[in-house]
Amino acid sequence: MSLLQSTQFRPDPSANATRRALIRAWPEFQNPAAWLVALILVIMPLIANGFFLIEIFATTLILGVIALSLMFLAGYGGMVSLMQLTIAGFAGYMVAVFGMSGNANISLGWPWWLATPMALALATLFGTLGGALAVRTEGIYTIMITLAIGAAFYYFTNQNWAIFNGHTGINTVATPHFWGVDWRSDIAFYYVTLGVAAICYFAVQYVSRAPFGLALQGVRDNPRRMAALGFNPNAHRIAAYAFAAFIAALGGVLQVWNYRQISPGSVSVGACIDVLIIAVVGGITRPIGPFIGALIFVLLRTFALDVLIKFGLDGNRFRLLIGLGFLAIVFWSSDGVIGLWERWRRRSTTATQRSGGGRHG
Amino acid sequence: MARFIERHPAWALIVIIAVAVLLWLVFAIWPPGLEAAIGRKRVFLNAVLNGITLGGLYFLVASGFTLIFGLMRNVNLAHGSLYLFGGYIGYAISTWTGSWILSFIVAFIAAALVGVILQLAVFRRMEGQDLRQTMVTIGLSIVFADLMLWVFGGDFYQVQTPSWLIGPVQLPLLTAIKSSGEPVYLQYPLVRLVIFAASVVIGIAMWLALNRTRIGMIVRAGVDDRDILAATGVRIQLVFVLVFALGAGLAGIAGVVGGTFQSLSPGEDTRFLLASLVVVIVGGMGSIPGAALGAVIIGLAEQLGSVYIPTYAIVVTFLIMVVVLALRPQGLLARR
Repeated sequence: MSLLQSTQFRPDPSANATRRALIRAWPEFQNPAAWLVALILVIMPLIANGFFLIEIFATTLILGVIALSLMFLAGYGGMVSLMQLTIAGFAGYMVAVFGMSGNANISLGWPWWLATPMALALATLFGTLGGALAVRTEGIYTIMITLAIGAAFYYFTNQNWAIFNGHTGINTVATPHFWGVDWRSDIAFYYVTLGVAAICYFAVQYVSRAPFGLALQGVRDNPRRMAALGFNPNAHRIAAYAFAAFIAALGGVLQVWNYRQISPGSVSVGACIDVLIIAVVGGITRPIGPFIGALIFVLLRTFALDVLIKFGLDGNRFRLLIGLGFLAIVFWSSDGVIGLWERWRRRSTTATQRSGGGRHG
Repeated sequence: MARFIERHPAWALIVIIAVAVLLWLVFAIWPPGLEAAIGRKRVFLNAVLNGITLGGLYFLVASGFTLIFGLMRNVNLAHGSLYLFGGYIGYAISTWTGSWILSFIVAFIAAALVGVILQLAVFRRMEGQDLRQTMVTIGLSIVFADLMLWVFGGDFYQVQTPSWLIGPVQLPLLTAIKSSGEPVYLQYPLVRLVIFAASVVIGIAMWLALNRTRIGMIVRAGVDDRDILAATGVRIQLVFVLVFALGAGLAGIAGVVGGTFQSLSPGEDTRFLLASLVVVIVGGMGSIPGAALGAVIIGLAEQLGSVYIPTYAIVVTFLIMVVVLALRPQGLLARR
């Protein structure tokens, strides 16, 4: 606000206008908290050691990217797709199949710079086809069809030995080495995930304000009116699926590099639902929501065992805790943690305004 | 039927030819060339019968799912949990009392009670919010799965088949003619046939109840337009509770059935949730005959697939769903 006021005294009105447009397009840039978070994320390797860096923050960023793709579909397109993790897993499998791994009979042994784009392209195609199937029906059916796709893929990877190596999966997947850097070493890998997550975040942010994103939100709110205006609702939806599939595929590639193995357990139905939980708990109206949800999820998953045991409870009840937390969020806030925080902030600001008004009166 | 043939003569012809081929495969004695190409007739017949009886089980699970969806627009993704819960209860009762029949009754009542509680305590508060209800059922399925894992552990359980149902029975279906000219008939487990017959009886009873009784009329009216129905003075909440109880109870019964001819373990809930999803997508949401047709198609596809193309069996099931969605997105027997 102060920035805007100070620019009013500037002599050059065109620079003023572009600047204002920039601020409108990227509200993060005028938010000091966003700069602080970005700074902390960039200097994270100085603060955190290897375990926290990879197991907590890199994992959070990867899960956040996958959940971000769901947030994009659900928040801007109104389509709750449970197959985003399946797309990510498919990309991971493709990296393992086309690239190098310990299972030489399956992997084709392509170099990473060939295998990764191939995996991304195939996974995007997979997601687009799945989306084209899902948009055949509307609303609540989307969940069912995408869940069916995800579950079918899970059972397929379990049964198929020729490509997916059955329930053992593919192990010791090779990770990229170039310019003399091992990109899977802790710090380098953290920056890779951070970079990808940032690109995805800003891409979603940008698309949501681009004409395509606005049309997509129109399709979400009133498909018939958009059709009457000359837009093709299904084409927009399928394009949204394609975009989200690409983001999910990026997350999947990072995930397989992170764990260096992939197996049907990585694409199980429970894991698909975890992605929904992450997005919903974080909040599906803003791109930042999935990352917050992922952080909560990863922290719970890592430390719930110790905390539960400390309170004298059974440490294995982690999923119960997750499920109850998810239920609570769905019951009390339709907008996840972000919604809760905003509601709390609004209440506190109205409270201060009221008390301030009382003082003046 | 006649209208369908009039409207879609080409499809009717394809269906008739497919049925005729299937009947010929079941009843004729296979020529040696065919046996050389696709294997023994006994294997094929077993797969077909397994598929149809599995379809009976799928119908029990999916009919409750489709009924609840049809009336309340509630995609109950905790339906698989109700199935597994019913199965565990049935197992506990049958080992405790030794009575197989009693385990069905108790499983029905227990699952129906859970359904009533869910409808009264949860879904009634968020009526009309489809997405939120579905999210809640996802959360509930996680919680239920973990609670059941807590209580019953990760072991496999099998409900004991009663002694009067153990053993094979000879069916009047020829599998081959011996060189001595003596016919060989198919042997098939009696329990599966009994369970299939029971699911057919349940299906017909449901159809009769829906089409010939007053409460069925109310339910059908609710499927068509529940707001108008409520406006005519029907106590719609009561109908909702009853339908939810019935759907959940059917899932509970199906759990005991599944526990008898397969086994119960964590993960089965997801499997049967997927099965009922695919069945109702193929058959048509909210339609009981659709659930029956879809269940038989999916059961057959799964069993024949696992016999003839073992590593791609799930793909067949999935392809059926894709084809149905591409040609008839509302499902085979849905009206819309």
